[in-house]
Amino acid sequence: MAKITLQDIRHAYGPDPQREEDWALKKLSLELSDGGAYALLGPSGCGKTTLLNLISGLLAPTEGRILFDSTDVTEATPEQRNIAQVFQFPVIYDTMSVFGNLAFPLRNRGVAEKDVDARVREIAKMLELDHMLAKRASGLTADGKQKISLGRGLVRSDVNVIMFDEPLTVIDPHLKWVLRSKLKELHHRIRRTMIYVTHDQTEALTFAEKVVVMKDGQIVQIGTPIELFERPRHTFVGHFIGSPGMNVLPCVVKGGEVVFAGNPVPAANAGAYKGNGKVLELGVRPEFVSLGSDGIPVDIVKVADAGRYRIVETRHKDHSIKLLVAEGVELPAQKAHVRFDAAHTQIYEDGWMVS
Amino acid sequence: MNKTVNQKAWFFVLPVFLLVAFNALIPLMTVVNFSVQETFGDNVFFWAGVRWFEEVLHSERFHAALVRQLLFTGIILLIEIPLGLAIALSMPRKGPWVSVCLVLMALPLLIPWNVVGAMWNIFALPDIGLLGRSINALGIEYNYTRQIFSAWFTMVLMDVWHWTSLVVLLCYAGLVSIPDAYYQAAKVDGARPWAVFRYIQLPKLKYVLTIAILLRFMDSFMIYTEAVVLTGGGPGNATTFLSIDLQKIALGQFDLGPAGAMSIIYFLIILFLSWLFYTLMMKDEAR
Repeated sequence: MAKITLQDIRHAYGPDPQREEDWALKKLSLELSDGGAYALLGPSGCGKTTLLNLISGLLAPTEGRILFDSTDVTEATPEQRNIAQVFQFPVIYDTMSVFGNLAFPLRNRGVAEKDVDARVREIAKMLELDHMLAKRASGLTADGKQKISLGRGLVRSDVNVIMFDEPLTVIDPHLKWVLRSKLKELHHRIRRTMIYVTHDQTEALTFAEKVVVMKDGQIVQIGTPIELFERPRHTFVGHFIGSPGMNVLPCVVKGGEVVFAGNPVPAANAGAYKGNGKVLELGVRPEFVSLGSDGIPVDIVKVADAGRYRIVETRHKDHSIKLLVAEGVELPAQKAHVRFDAAHTQIYEDGWMVS
Repeated sequence: MNKTVNQKAWFFVLPVFLLVAFNALIPLMTVVNFSVQETFGDNVFFWAGVRWFEEVLHSERFHAALVRQLLFTGIILLIEIPLGLAIALSMPRKGPWVSVCLVLMALPLLIPWNVVGAMWNIFALPDIGLLGRSINALGIEYNYTRQIFSAWFTMVLMDVWHWTSLVVLLCYAGLVSIPDAYYQAAKVDGARPWAVFRYIQLPKLKYVLTIAILLRFMDSFMIYTEAVVLTGGGPGNATTFLSIDLQKIALGQFDLGPAGAMSIIYFLIILFLSWLFYTLMMKDEAR
């Protein structure tokens, strides 16, 4: 158990990084508190697996230091760091039984056979594998195999952190939900630090207490799911999280007031703008846009039914604005007016929220 | 949905049946034909029943050749399989040396068999061959044309040189196809190199090794060209393997009946042993 600190970490896979693009992971610092449930979320190729492998010790960073509590583990192997990791594709030892698989990490460390037996049975029960301990692991289904991978991470009672690298990729949709709840339940039970890498926002937001959103080798925002939803620090977070994503519209600031295509719009952070003259945008989530009798005049372009609400796509001049309308609410035929909720409308300067 | 039942599918199997008939069944039938008949020349044949089969099965000469054959195949399998595996394990996985190693390994496989025989014949000559002279210079008496042990030693060495590469290449292909996640998981689980070999690499190489063993078994059991060019079956009959003996009976003595019977027995032994190997190695999968 330990607090994990990354200090000025940078990583490149090539031998001689010169240009900015050579860095798979740009310079970043990060602190993960003991016992937390974290998710690293981002599109493919954003560096989240690299970051994970740096923490686990499968990779050594090109620059920077990694601390577990106050111990420098930058050069330590995964074994010395005492971590567990579950991979994208289930890794099982084909020739061993389920029991043998679960006991493997303990036996490698010379744990007495009596303790191995007790510990394996305890974990197997937790994962509902106890009725198949004698079975050969190679005969199991994908989710069974992934449970074994997970079990191998859990058998050691002293691991510092358990890491998951997109562990549900090969699992059937209806079992994904089951395994995800299982993970969440396990975290509550054992309170071990867990880091979960995924590109699926649902997985990240349901599992984690804190989500680290990454893009192009950089951390864009760290926050609770609610923070990411209500106050995305970057337009990318607004786009990437939420379905549909945040409306991002061009705007200007005139005399302390935000103006979008000739319409004044109240924004929560308008007062913080210093007038640097860079690209300005305003962001508002479809959830915080409503129809009204006055406001910005729009044409309704498309209506998609999503069950309990409808996604309404509207157009003002050349700009598309999406909003959510609850079911049962009457929609105007074509012409309408929309209003933005001032508390949840933010302006962004070069992509970053003005603050 | 109902399946249509008719016999049209046979029509599609016909071309391949004809092909197999021409390149395997018909030649085999001529051998079967010889094996049950007796001839005294002039292309006149008499029915002999299973007489030749009985004769071959009771022949001391056949027994001796069979024992030599089994011994030879056993020795080269015991050397080539572990050696090939060890070389494949120590080859680099990436970088510029990969291609260098692969080309070096493939070279012996590209040399025609009779050239291999001729090369080793000269290489091992005690008076002018590099190998033969060197061994003698060390004070060890070595002459593969006179001493049985020397002849066997040279024969085994030649086969190991020629064919270990095949095992190496097969194992290497199997090794590089193991996903990285397995090695990473093993690191996380704290597995020692031996455990990685025993629980990851060896199980993943199972099929590849089965193929390697089968190929080397069948090939070495039928060894002819290299052995004939190297020793001609000598000294005496010390390296007269089944194929060499068969050739002597069929074309040397022109005893077509016994040669035909021996061919069939030879073929059945290979078939049986291949089946046995395969069944034993795949035994676990059935469970």
